[in-house]
Amino acid sequence: MRLLLSISLTLLRAKLKQSIVAAVGVTFSITMFVTLLGFMNGLNDMLDGLILNRTPHVRLYNELKASPKQPIESWYEQGVGTDFPPTHHFVRSVKPKDELPRLRNGSAIMKALENDPRVLAVSPRLVAQVFFNVGTVDLNGQVNGIDVLQEVQYYQFSDYLVEGDPQDLASGNNTIVLGKGLADMMEAGIGETVQVTTASGERSMLRVVGIYQSGIADYDKVQCYANIKNVQKLMSRPSSYYTDINVKMHDLLEAPAAAKEFAGRFGVDALDIQTANAQFETGSDVRSIISYAVGIVLLIVAGFGIYNILNMMIYEKLDAIAILKATGFSGGDVRRIFLLLSMIIGVCGGIAGLLFGFALQNLIDNVPFVTAALPTVTTFPIDYNPKYYIIAVTFALLTTWVSGWFPARKASKVDPVEIIRGK
Amino acid sequence: MSTSGNILEVRNVSKSFHDPVTVPVLKGVSLDVKRGEFVSITGKSGCGKSTLLYILSTMDTDYEGDLVIDGESTQGLTGARLAEIRNEKIGFVFQFHYLLTEFSVLKNVMLPGLKLGRSSAPEVEARAMELLRDLDMQDHALKGANQLSGGQKQRVAIARALINDPAIIMGDEPTGNLDSKNSAVVFDIFRKIASEHKRSLLVVTHDNDFAGRTDRNILMDDGRVVG
Repeated sequence: MRLLLSISLTLLRAKLKQSIVAAVGVTFSITMFVTLLGFMNGLNDMLDGLILNRTPHVRLYNELKASPKQPIESWYEQGVGTDFPPTHHFVRSVKPKDELPRLRNGSAIMKALENDPRVLAVSPRLVAQVFFNVGTVDLNGQVNGIDVLQEVQYYQFSDYLVEGDPQDLASGNNTIVLGKGLADMMEAGIGETVQVTTASGERSMLRVVGIYQSGIADYDKVQCYANIKNVQKLMSRPSSYYTDINVKMHDLLEAPAAAKEFAGRFGVDALDIQTANAQFETGSDVRSIISYAVGIVLLIVAGFGIYNILNMMIYEKLDAIAILKATGFSGGDVRRIFLLLSMIIGVCGGIAGLLFGFALQNLIDNVPFVTAALPTVTTFPIDYNPKYYIIAVTFALLTTWVSGWFPARKASKVDPVEIIRGK
Repeated sequence: MSTSGNILEVRNVSKSFHDPVTVPVLKGVSLDVKRGEFVSITGKSGCGKSTLLYILSTMDTDYEGDLVIDGESTQGLTGARLAEIRNEKIGFVFQFHYLLTEFSVLKNVMLPGLKLGRSSAPEVEARAMELLRDLDMQDHALKGANQLSGGQKQRVAIARALINDPAIIMGDEPTGNLDSKNSAVVFDIFRKIASEHKRSLLVVTHDNDFAGRTDRNILMDDGRVVG
């Protein structure tokens, strides 16, 4: 095998220029493949993270809606098979029931969820509509009462806190974190006090301890965060009063099934992340498929380059092949020589491609990318997942092997007698 | 090892070309070559002497009859085994010197030895240098194969044919492309190989002078051995 390798290398050196051209083809395609996938998936992860990080896998809530079944319907149902058969009723314009938007029995639901082995974290929320009184103007706002430490740990709350410390929100009394847009409108900075009026008319003064920026401008003009205890106090509600329970699962994929189960078991509404954000996954998948397709096409084109050059080389080297066969090299040996030649081109081109790909990824990773919508992002995102390198190398070796195999087989079938006698 | 003392036994070999019409080229050829014998084959153009030589070389397997090399019948052997036989037992010298131009003279001589793998690379190299020295080519060992003259190339080809101590050396018009001076040199080398090294030689030639000075001449005509 070492002899065959040295023969391959000698033949390669004799046709150095063409061999380099073939290897550069592989290098180029691997570079593009790695860079494209790294960049595309970096972007995908960032965009998905923008929504998915902050979205609970399952959200339990109580939607205000009309009774699904009017009393008169059950009266008619009882009449099936009797002298009073079911008939149509004409109840129209049914209004939602007058009830609090809270989750009934919230504490018990929390406890049950915490004991569920599929569940990673359970955090309560209390969402309240409020007005911020600025001079004579009332600004509309929505205060999210949160369990601050849970949100920091499971929903990257601190990533979106552009000013202030989440600890102040967790420990302080009567503290609030304002959305960036809202804070700008009120010209309120950290340490200042804002006046809040709840929908039911209670007023209180809250101290600003942080500024929050989600990257979605409309959201930042309305949303505020406060400790859930403070919001309960603000609204004069007991400590078991929640409007939402956010659940993070161990496995994201279990969310739809779990949502259905929780809704039935606890008698609440449940929304899973897949249903709420179906468009994100579709977008990511399509982008990935396009990048893979482009990358693989590039590799196949490089494979044709190798095929051409080997074919040409074999045509020029018919004499050498005949001589090798006459002096005792078998058809298999000749095939291995040319296959090795192809693999050397593939491996060298591939390794160079990986290095160039890594360099190009690094370059893109350092290009500044500042946007108000993404406070935590300063440069273009790159996913350095080794998976893409492994896929690239595997495909490069596969294409060079296949594109080398056909010319190599042709070389192994060269009849030395024909070449030697044909002279 | 053959007990009969024959290095090569050809039994009733026939061959036809089929394209475009079937033309018989060899019609039941039988001959033996003894150990250490210097045999030449002569005949008119198209009498089948070269065709016969390539069958004897094991490169052409499309024939009927039997070929025994050093006691081993080549009937039904695989291509890989035939390649091994060529490598170990047969040395070739062609009319157009057929060296690998990508390799140095020394490497050209060494390649069949390295392929055989009977001895280590340094040993093969030492043996190759010794052969080149015998043929007065030692000064050209590291030159490229295409920097040599025709006569020099043929001497390198002879060195390559000898590297594995083959049982028989076959030549297809080895002097056909050389001037009379170089032809004489090549003939002397062959003569020496046969007499000093006790190697068999089988040479196809149309040079009657060359043939006349070998141990035995086989004359062929129209696909048959006639004398």
